[in-house]
Amino acid sequence: MTRPAPSRTGSPRPSRRAVLAGLGAAALAPAALAAPAVRAAAPARVVVVGGGFAGASCARALAGAGGIAVTLVEPSADYVACPFSNAVIAGLRDLRRQTFEVAALARVPGLAHAPRAAVAVDADARRVRLDDGTQLAYDRLVLAPGIEVRLDAIAGYDAAAAEAMPHAWKAGSQTLALRRQLAAMPDGGVVVIAAPPNPFRCPPGPYERASLIAHFLKTHKPRAKVLILDAKDAFSKQRLFEEAWAARYPGMIEWVSLSFGGRVIEVDAAARTLVTEFGRHRADVANVIPPQRAGPIAAAAGVADASGWCPVDPVTFESRLVPEIHVIGDAAIGGAMPKSAFTANGQALVCAAAVADLLAGRASAEPKLVNTCYSLVAPDAAISIAGVYRPRDGLLAEVAGAGGTSPLGAPEAVRAAEAAYAAAWFETLTRRVYA
Amino acid sequence: MSGGRGGRALGVAGAVVLGVIGLAAPAPAAAPPPGALACGGCHPPAPQGAVPSLRGRSADTIVADMRAFRDGARPATVMDRIAKGFSDDETRAIADWLAAAQP
Repeated sequence: MTRPAPSRTGSPRPSRRAVLAGLGAAALAPAALAAPAVRAAAPARVVVVGGGFAGASCARALAGAGGIAVTLVEPSADYVACPFSNAVIAGLRDLRRQTFEVAALARVPGLAHAPRAAVAVDADARRVRLDDGTQLAYDRLVLAPGIEVRLDAIAGYDAAAAEAMPHAWKAGSQTLALRRQLAAMPDGGVVVIAAPPNPFRCPPGPYERASLIAHFLKTHKPRAKVLILDAKDAFSKQRLFEEAWAARYPGMIEWVSLSFGGRVIEVDAAARTLVTEFGRHRADVANVIPPQRAGPIAAAAGVADASGWCPVDPVTFESRLVPEIHVIGDAAIGGAMPKSAFTANGQALVCAAAVADLLAGRASAEPKLVNTCYSLVAPDAAISIAGVYRPRDGLLAEVAGAGGTSPLGAPEAVRAAEAAYAAAWFETLTRRVYA
Repeated sequence: MSGGRGGRALGVAGAVVLGVIGLAAPAPAAAPPPGALACGGCHPPAPQGAVPSLRGRSADTIVADMRAFRDGARPATVMDRIAKGFSDDETRAIADWLAAAQP
């Protein structure tokens, strides 16, 4: 599949000066100096919004492609990573090990960091507006806004309720809030996890969380229990999780499926009560993971559809709705790839290559992508799911015969090896993206 | 950093490496073939942790390892499941690129 090169070359805009003034000329100078040798025109301008695994990785790869001036728009100086944050909740890991310096990416030649939030996109003029009024002009825009936790989906679950009943589905203060509540709850109490409908960030995440919370309770409050109220009738790695729960935490974790009344439709934060279609559940700790959608800039840019997510081309990750805007990571939909950090990084690299091709007027080859996703079922035991994906009929489809989960009934050594691989994966990915 | 840059970025690869490639290969550092960018998601650029680095491995070694993973001849946790997603030709292209680009 090929895509035409952009016909417009873009002209100098006020934003350019703002970027140079606000972010330091040094960051852009190498690209600007190198450009004449490579291209007759000024370097192409790519704005990347979002400093998570997708955005940061894409920005780095684009800066490394040469001849492209990249601006990474991310208001936070630090990125707090979600993978392994369930271990933080369970008291097994410090949040600092999840924290990575986005601002340090400005040291990458050709990459400038705009420490602001993107609030609007003018796709016709190809400009992004930041929350301080700055306008950034682009030839190509990459949006990697991650998820927005919906505070309009479950009655009573608003911003105040999210403090009392943390979702902890974005790592940071929410993660620590849930950990504090678990540490303070009485032995014999009940932790209720409300799991969301598909699609959502990290499909096995609620169940890894249940596992590690059960491990915490078994160690510190052995009479306590975990109740999962689920808006689904099935979940990722289900048989492996259920096998692990029966063996490691017998009688401690109860899962209520959608069909058996698991979907939470209302919460009463003051009474710590969750309401399903079938009844009411009082919690000592309530972890409500609500439905999600793409981060707000996606809707503002017009790239989110009625589902709240962003359909994309499977070769270039260009939006199906707005040309010259690409969407990667959790915000994107377009096939079978799950929303994971591994997926986000892989899509970022493929998208960066495609954007560089488009700017250079080259055709992009059809990509092949991989996802590998580990879940801890205990501090030193993990299970995994993997998949290989390729474009088919306009979507990213799974390659038949490949992928799948860890085997059931595997010896403890296999689970331990996967826990070690999970740790190594996180170390490698975070170093490649943020170091 | 990532595999995404190694193949195309002259500055990253470094003049010494490029010199070698320039002599050995008919074309300058090629774009990564389909799937090649995924390897660096787990495999580190230098030895570190439980997942081995692929740097310094020959293309033939990588092809043989991938075939053994795919056929079940070599025990694995996740590489058997991933290797089954790539044909012989795709695996060879990835291996050649990894050996040349050293991402």
